[in-house]
Amino acid sequence: MSESPPSYTRVLAVLARNSFVRDMNFRGNFLIEVITAMFWMTMMVSFYLLIFQFANEIGEDTGWTKYRFFIFLATTMIINGLMQAFVLPNAAEFSELIRLGNLDFALVKPIDTQFLISFQRVNWSGYANIGCGIALMIYSLIHLSHVPSWLEMSLFVVYVTCGLGILYSLVICLASTSVWMGRNQSLYNFWFYITTFSRYPMEIYRGPLGDPLRLIFTFMIPIMIAINVPAQVMAKGLGEAESKLAVFGLFATMACLAISRWIFGLAISAYRSASS
Amino acid sequence: MPVTSVNPQTWWTIFRISLEERLVYRADFALGTLMRFIPIVTQVLLWQAIFEALKGDDVAGYQYNDIVAYYLLVLIGRAFSSMPNLSEGIAQQIRDGQIKKFLIQPIDLIGFLLITRVAHKIVYYGIAIGPFALVFYLCRGFFSGWPDTVTLAGYATSLVLAFLLGFFLEAFIGLIGFWFLEVSSLLFVYMLINYFLSGHMFPLAMLPEPWASIAQAIPLQYLAYFPTQVFLGKIQGEMLTWGLTIQLAWVICFAILCRIAMHYGVRRYSAFGG
Repeated sequence: MSESPPSYTRVLAVLARNSFVRDMNFRGNFLIEVITAMFWMTMMVSFYLLIFQFANEIGEDTGWTKYRFFIFLATTMIINGLMQAFVLPNAAEFSELIRLGNLDFALVKPIDTQFLISFQRVNWSGYANIGCGIALMIYSLIHLSHVPSWLEMSLFVVYVTCGLGILYSLVICLASTSVWMGRNQSLYNFWFYITTFSRYPMEIYRGPLGDPLRLIFTFMIPIMIAINVPAQVMAKGLGEAESKLAVFGLFATMACLAISRWIFGLAISAYRSASS
Repeated sequence: MPVTSVNPQTWWTIFRISLEERLVYRADFALGTLMRFIPIVTQVLLWQAIFEALKGDDVAGYQYNDIVAYYLLVLIGRAFSSMPNLSEGIAQQIRDGQIKKFLIQPIDLIGFLLITRVAHKIVYYGIAIGPFALVFYLCRGFFSGWPDTVTLAGYATSLVLAFLLGFFLEAFIGLIGFWFLEVSSLLFVYMLINYFLSGHMFPLAMLPEPWASIAQAIPLQYLAYFPTQVFLGKIQGEMLTWGLTIQLAWVICFAILCRIAMHYGVRRYSAFGG
């Protein structure tokens, strides 16, 4: 019997709606998470406001002056919010699915397993971070008296998507190791710590310690591209060097997605059900 | 039943069992400790960039080396004062009824948790001392040398008090579970405020008024900022004695609050489950 392939868009919409209904069952919790996100943004902005009392920019001649840097911060919030909304809750769940043998239920469903595992839960409170990020970006752009062109906005969306693709690939690779390790709590901590490198402008990575880190996290594990390129598009525009990096970013995203897909496939083929 | 009424042998046995239990996770401890230093790398580079574009000579009295030393020392302060899973654990025990075993057995809940936490910290320090020693050796250039004996004694005292303050403060938040059952949201807000006002995020000397006075007036600075300032020699003489006295007062205050919360919490507690 031939079956028509599932509509991934419809499935995603249904999964998102189910998650929304679930989140709305815990409205108090949802509200607190939203308030916490706003509180966190206030803390981060306050910290950098303090910094800019003492310094004109982050790094000499880097161009990351106060409001430009706030655009960088806003981009970080938007990308982290999207990761929290779509990717992280599912990656955390993947390890438990393997440990308890519940991955079997995902494997027998007539839909791509990686898609189902990656998007079965949407954490709507993650949107609070995205909202805060957008608000901070608009505020910063107003202070810079800069109205982004359609091209800049389009490129920003493209490179935020690329950034998500790169970070998603990293999470999927780490989550896949659960198949071999059983449980990998430390690796999720590792993800949190390793992505710390992506949360600062790449210009600060200079000197005997910074240069090797910049090269590693740009060309080997390209997480620095994830936030830096979209933030540069919006805050400073792309110069010649940044344009090259942006082009590299497109290829890096495709390579990361392909590698993570391959590793996920290896993990699934090594999976042995834990249930009875 | 009060702690003192229990045979010391009982507490020693609890301590020994907790030690052995914690040693099971020694590899996780070592890996976790090493990972904790990763954000320090970015902090070092961030502050290097900030100092390159500085308007004045220093940041709130800190030179670049002082700032890096500050962040490294804050890690030690946090290693003493942070209490992972303490509040959640107490609230969970209240919620699912496990706490009733402490109501019928001659073991005091707060005393039991304190002993197990001491065991946890001893194992943690025993294992974490390797990664800590390595990182501090590599970063020795950021320090101007060892402080004098009085400062070191003051620092050690402030760390022990930071441990006790962290314990009683978080235990108190957990005991609020007698009234609210679920304290995770409250705890999350506390963690955020703690991160900001304990000096974990930046030296509190950077704060303008009225925030500087607020940070001085609340106990959170004694969890990380105060011990670090003591080591760096920024608090000495009478100020050191006075600071340690206030820190001790906060410890006693939260220990009493824990006792009060336990006393009244148990009275309104209804045990469910088999």
